[in-house]
Amino acid sequence: MTVAMRVAFGGRGNWIGTALGAIAFAALAAAPWWGGRDDLQLLSEIYAYIALASLWNLLAGYAGLVSVGQQAYVGVGAYSLFALAILFGVSPLWSIPLAGLIAAGLSIPVALLVFRLRGHYFAIGTWIVAEVFRLIASQVSALGGGSGTSLPAAVVIAIAPTRALRDVTMYWIALVLAAAVLALIVLLLRSRYGLALKAMRDAELAAACSGVDVYRTKFLVYVVTALATAMLGALIFLQKLRISPDAAFSVNDWTAFVIFITVIGGIGRIEGPIVGTLVFFALRQTLADLGTIYLMMLGLVAIVIMLAAPKGIWGMVAARFGWQLFPLERTVLSEEPQRR
Amino acid sequence: MPEALLAVRGLEAFYGDFQALFGVSIEVARGEAVAVIGANGAGKSTLLKSVAGLLRARTDAITFAGEPIGGLPAYAVAARGIALVPEGRGLFPSLTVEENLLIGGQLGRPGAWTLRRIYELFSALGERRKLPSTALSGGQQQMAALGRALMANPKLLLCDEISLGLAPIVVREIYARLPAVRAEGTAIVLVEQDVVQALAAASRVYCLQEGRVALSGAAKDLTREAIAAAYFGV
Amino acid sequence: MEWINVILQGILVGGLYAMFAAGLSLIFGVMRLVNIAHGDLIVLAAYVALVVAQTLGIGPLTALIIVVPVMAMIGYALQWFVLNRTLGDDLLPPLLVTFGLSVIIQNGLLTVFTADSVKLQAGPIEVATIRLAEGLYVGVLPLLQFAVAVAVIAGLQLIFYRTAIGRAFRATADDPAVAQLMGLDNRHVFALAMALSLAVVAIAGVFLAVRVNFDPSLGPARLIFGFEAVIIGGLGSLWGTLAGGLILGVAQAVGAHLDPGWQILAGHIAFLIVLAARPQGLFPKVRT
Repeated sequence: MTVAMRVAFGGRGNWIGTALGAIAFAALAAAPWWGGRDDLQLLSEIYAYIALASLWNLLAGYAGLVSVGQQAYVGVGAYSLFALAILFGVSPLWSIPLAGLIAAGLSIPVALLVFRLRGHYFAIGTWIVAEVFRLIASQVSALGGGSGTSLPAAVVIAIAPTRALRDVTMYWIALVLAAAVLALIVLLLRSRYGLALKAMRDAELAAACSGVDVYRTKFLVYVVTALATAMLGALIFLQKLRISPDAAFSVNDWTAFVIFITVIGGIGRIEGPIVGTLVFFALRQTLADLGTIYLMMLGLVAIVIMLAAPKGIWGMVAARFGWQLFPLERTVLSEEPQRR
Repeated sequence: MPEALLAVRGLEAFYGDFQALFGVSIEVARGEAVAVIGANGAGKSTLLKSVAGLLRARTDAITFAGEPIGGLPAYAVAARGIALVPEGRGLFPSLTVEENLLIGGQLGRPGAWTLRRIYELFSALGERRKLPSTALSGGQQQMAALGRALMANPKLLLCDEISLGLAPIVVREIYARLPAVRAEGTAIVLVEQDVVQALAAASRVYCLQEGRVALSGAAKDLTREAIAAAYFGV
Repeated sequence: MEWINVILQGILVGGLYAMFAAGLSLIFGVMRLVNIAHGDLIVLAAYVALVVAQTLGIGPLTALIIVVPVMAMIGYALQWFVLNRTLGDDLLPPLLVTFGLSVIIQNGLLTVFTADSVKLQAGPIEVATIRLAEGLYVGVLPLLQFAVAVAVIAGLQLIFYRTAIGRAFRATADDPAVAQLMGLDNRHVFALAMALSLAVVAIAGVFLAVRVNFDPSLGPARLIFGFEAVIIGGLGSLWGTLAGGLILGVAQAVGAHLDPGWQILAGHIAFLIVLAARPQGLFPKVRT
């Protein structure tokens, strides 16, 4: 006999989080009026990292796919945009979603290959795939080969006629894209795929026995993440106006920092990457002058947190106080009594 | 009364929040064979694992040769002369039969049990010494696990359900070897669901029921009815 | 004849790749840990060898006598104090900790030695060649490296299958809890395994130092080559790892011969082909 259930998401803090989010979004959307050029650029970077870290979190913390190769899709997204805009004359802004689709398409054969590896070997396999893309990109002389190329003036103008307008346009796109990524992740986790992911995260074998199609769910998450990551990559390099294989496929910029952010903030929780990004940028703004010492400290912090507080900063906070900003915990509200 | 070799006093054991043992106390004298019987889930294996150090116990709950060993990690307990034949045998699949025996003697404690004596006691093992341990039958694997524990020349041998999954004739074969072990002065604790064999091999019996000692006494003194009552909690 | 030369060079370099891989394979076999800092540790060993050789004025082969024990001790300490805490069912902690370690080592080396390339001089042996046949010459040093690589793999096989510590490694890998019942302290066994791995890393690092101009950034590529060799050869088999290294070396040599820019890419492609066609590797050891 089936049981009718009503499920509610989130607890008391539900509407507080949503309200805070709405206020923050409005304040940030108004940034062109209260911030200068540098502020807009810094904020855009922060949005990009929040989104990248959230996507990595979805992949590793929820789907259990620990990838050290997401820079592949940042690079593919960036190079797709440059190729579309420079070689095929597509409008740079429309190239962003197109780049995402190209990357999604590429991610399918890649997934078919790397999904043959498990655990740590999967991680390094994804890294190798990223290296393959990087090496291929350096062979494409039409886009500058190994040293890369800059966005021609004609394409830059196509974004928007004046520099000020370009800054604002790209800032808003960055904000909207990051918000969209977060919204996508929340929606995914609230859907039946989300329930499957949570089950898989906790106990994959048990989940499979309960009828969760583990392979398909992971595949879907991988492709969706690739698409979103590529769009972010396209936007990032559109803002930089210049591309090179080493920058587009940089392990440090797009994987190491992203991983540190997620670890420090807290894996497997949506709020984690946001907290982590803020901490990361706070550290960067104050310590980056130290150069290599700063990077060593980052590594040390990641190690210490992994050993001492594996759930990250938000993980500790949430466990202590039971907070959630994003309503995701499912509560069964009522059941019809079962006939015995 | 001579001091007991193994003294367990008020032992409690938990698996997470679930309590499996509620203040169990047993004693084993030097060279004695003691049986611990009880239904599934009564806590027999938990008792052995706690003594062996696989499960954390309070320091003073377990005393061996006068020394408190509760709370010591398993490798430290093994170093003091306790050998556990684990439930399910626990042979190492990557090692051959002989290598499994050799690693049992890893600690290098001198004593009567050598590779040659083990092969004398269990001829089936000698014939298969170079085979991977996975190639043995269930009974042979049990002999190998027993032999491996003996190679440590322990003062106390803990046997966790050595009859499990084996045909009666095989079980009799294995139990027929135990007197040779007793002859060396090794004390044995036999955790068993096969009550008949356990009672025949041991001089004293404890019956566990839902984590507590329900009955104890000399094997020859206990009646069938008393045992059945304690076993099933009637 | 030209192609024979190419393949020969590939085989010789493959021996070095097999050495990169052997340490990695050993650690994964014993404790299911993939050390992302493995390549950086090879580079660290190269720098240690450089410092030892320059300070004491000795040759690289003599420097091995110091570098190997030093790296082994670093390995033991690393495992005991840091990596042992990451072991468990979750694969994120060891991956992230070794990733952090990789960043620390690379940047630490950068701080101390700067990004300038350096090389360890081995003297006249570096240019000596042997004539195998008409038009077929092979360098003495590469040949020596290859021989040492084969010896290292044979040595590891010996340790694993013919010694008590090897039994301890295999038993602890099979079942850490039952291994404890034998009196084996898991923490100590794992630390010894890491010490052994880094001893091999030390040898690989010295050979790397003599062979190429190196700088702190070379680590990740060595990790990837080692990893590719392990996967091509098949998990669980040391001789398979040797074969994997040779195949990778030959693939790279062939690629380089067609176009110098394709060297590394050719290696990656060979890896991907094996992954696509025979994911368990060419000579996997079947394990339960």
